[in-house]
Amino acid sequence: MKENYRKERIARSIKARSDDIYALTSYREMWYLLFPRVIPIIGIALVAYFLPLYWKKVIITTCIFAMLAVSWDFLSNCGLLSLGQALFFGIGSYAAGSLDHYLHLPVYVTIPVATIMGGFISTIILLPVVRLRGIYFAMVTLILPLMLMRLIEATKILGGTEGITGLSPFPNVWVEITLILAAMWASLFGLRRFIASDYGLIFVSMRDNDRATMASGINIYAFKAQSLFIGSSICAFCGAFMTHSYQFTGMPVFAMEFSILPIAAASIGGIGTLAGPLVGAMILVPLSEILREFGTLRIVFYGLILVVCVVALPEGIFHYASRKYNEMERWVKIE
Amino acid sequence: MIVYSMLIYGLINSAILALMALGFNLAFGISGVANFAYGAIYIVGGFITWTLISTLNIPYAISAISAIIIMGVFGALIYKFIIKRIRGLVMSEVIATFGISIVLLELLRYVGLIGFKYSLPVFIEGSVEILGAFVDIQRLLIIGLMVLIIIALYLFTHYTKTGLAFRGIAQEEHTSLSLGINPDRIASLSMGIGSALGTFAAIVILPLGTITVDSGYDVLISALSVCIVGGLGSTFGVIIASFIIGYAQTITAMYLAPHWTMLVSLLAILIILAVKPSGLLGHQKELEERV
Amino acid sequence: MALLEVQGITKAFGGVKALDDVSVRVEENTLLGIIGPNGSGKTTLVNTITGFVRPDTGSVLFKGKDVIGLPPYRITNMGIGRAFQMVKPFFHLPAFKNIIVPLSSPRVRASSGGRFGDKDAVALDVLEEVGFERDSSVPYKAASVLPHGYLKRLELARLLALKSEIFILDELFSGLSIAEVTSIIPIIEKILLDGKTVIMVEHRLKELFRIANKVIVLNYGKKIKEGLPKEILEDEEVKKAYLGVEV
Repeated sequence: MKENYRKERIARSIKARSDDIYALTSYREMWYLLFPRVIPIIGIALVAYFLPLYWKKVIITTCIFAMLAVSWDFLSNCGLLSLGQALFFGIGSYAAGSLDHYLHLPVYVTIPVATIMGGFISTIILLPVVRLRGIYFAMVTLILPLMLMRLIEATKILGGTEGITGLSPFPNVWVEITLILAAMWASLFGLRRFIASDYGLIFVSMRDNDRATMASGINIYAFKAQSLFIGSSICAFCGAFMTHSYQFTGMPVFAMEFSILPIAAASIGGIGTLAGPLVGAMILVPLSEILREFGTLRIVFYGLILVVCVVALPEGIFHYASRKYNEMERWVKIE
Repeated sequence: MIVYSMLIYGLINSAILALMALGFNLAFGISGVANFAYGAIYIVGGFITWTLISTLNIPYAISAISAIIIMGVFGALIYKFIIKRIRGLVMSEVIATFGISIVLLELLRYVGLIGFKYSLPVFIEGSVEILGAFVDIQRLLIIGLMVLIIIALYLFTHYTKTGLAFRGIAQEEHTSLSLGINPDRIASLSMGIGSALGTFAAIVILPLGTITVDSGYDVLISALSVCIVGGLGSTFGVIIASFIIGYAQTITAMYLAPHWTMLVSLLAILIILAVKPSGLLGHQKELEERV
Repeated sequence: MALLEVQGITKAFGGVKALDDVSVRVEENTLLGIIGPNGSGKTTLVNTITGFVRPDTGSVLFKGKDVIGLPPYRITNMGIGRAFQMVKPFFHLPAFKNIIVPLSSPRVRASSGGRFGDKDAVALDVLEEVGFERDSSVPYKAASVLPHGYLKRLELARLLALKSEIFILDELFSGLSIAEVTSIIPIIEKILLDGKTVIMVEHRLKELFRIANKVIVLNYGKKIKEGLPKEILEDEEVKKAYLGVEV
């Protein structure tokens, strides 16, 4: 008789049921929790601080895209599907650029102000759209960055097609790296903690079913506006940071790449986990740096990733890895 | 004098917008799938026509018809192999079609679709004088063809069996299901017809300029803006919106400067979102509220 | 004065009159049943009261205040809770987290100190009231894996968590077995004992008539009959509406 086996999965989780009390009884368990968090932080920091300058810049770009991807995933967790992270990014970039160029403010003022301002402007512009369900948000966020490009081209405001050059740089590259690494981890762990809290739960519930959230007595428009502000502020920070890093802001900040790559990173890494998109960006951006000689073919590659991941591999790397990490699998004989 | 030419050119511009938006709107209204690959299909359709004419020396009419058929089948296949698997997951639908759009357009950019040689010939050369304004015959044809397409769509959806099935699916999918209508077949058909309409629009409109990759994105933007202003899924709304935006653009181009035209649709979108977010004739919201 | 007064509501969807001049009075601490054939406008009436649909004419007075035109979340916060016919849980969240969301609403926060905070224990209490065994794993399971019966209870739990004054239950019993229905009826009776008001839209007439104080019958958007359950059962016009033949 043929013997049948089935795969048995046992959760290795040590979390108490209510999800907020940890019973850590041994170094082994502490290490089990810390390992997936500490190793990437140390690893990326080591790579960032000790590689030559060219690769330092690559790491900075990677972190920027990782933050854009995390912010995209946060918005999608709140039921807002953005096809235009470039919009938020560009607004932040132009805000920082103008503050520096026209008001001559120092870097440590422009970045925080541009972050808040960018979030605020984006939220105001998109506020009417969050009242609509379905694909309106995706459509409008796709259109707006391209149109803002035209606006700047046509009106020649804010440097027109030339952009604004000669902006003040960071004091040195160490400050730059430390700042972006800190911001990236802060946004990732901050948002992960936030959506696990009772307050953050309301945001996540809107994705599952905004009618039910409304029937629970929650003003979903106020909450969508808040999530929009949080998500776009993170992108605006990235824009402001990039502006000072390259000492330039111009029409390229609204480029399609800033919208596509975060989505591609999220679909590769696993949508809905926040950490997944970061993993995706860590893979995609250095990869596209290696593939630099292929030029625009890279964007074709991102597009392919989008289609394949969404249709065939909707789980993503992070879901898979965390399942493998948190569960032990073994084959058992069926009696 | 100027007023007459404004009237005529505004009409042409509106017809162009309507032609661009109708295919997108049809596919969305029936299958509920927002085809973000629409702009790419438009350009690829034009490119196929160009290839057939220029490199294979096939007569214009045959090339055009085969391009329309090829892209129609292509649209239906997108539904059959990609959208069908993720139907109902709005986020996945949008990301997948957007991904297809990027793959197609950026691939064309990579193979070097740039330059004046990539342009389609006009149907009939020459221009005529109407009320003191000289108008190419091609532009007049656009108006006529738009009217024809709208009439044809009306007749199709109101008097043929498939057309009625289209409207059935659009209104109430589950009831249609119980009446023996296969929603997947109808949806893939509607994506196919939408893509074919897009290619048709490309063949009619592209002779006025050259085929460029960026105009693929522009077409998608124009189609989306017209649909947002008119109300998603409402054919009549789309036509009205095309006229509003079309005339507003022409007036802006004449009295301000041509490069301001893109801002007209931006402004139109922002105004409509602030005043009536579901669009001029959008009824989608109310239907959804029936819970 | 009645707790809830619906006056002359008319609503048309593209030429079809879903509701035609419907008026209802709901007294405090009673159970009102709304019955009628499919498509007779029952759910539209519920949607109108809860703010999901704005009627063409008419008014809905809750404690003497007109609620027409207010957004649904405002109406919910005033004390009109509503369970959906098609269950709408937050599928990605565990069952008890589903209850955290209504517990975070302004209404509940106002009555319990106005803070966001640890609500897990309260959520589990509420779930226990509707029959989620506290010591089992059920309240901790994701809503997507719960059976239909539990999802219906979850809808009810949401209204309990909101401390609603009026419970509007839209076809709560549909899709449930007789055993499940008989286990839910005591919960509804307890809600009534607590002094709350219940409006039930129902197709399960036998169960409804056992607990209802008053029943109204809708047909083609018109209110054709109002009265005690016993009167409704014997009414010729109601039989005609339901059976579609001359009796």
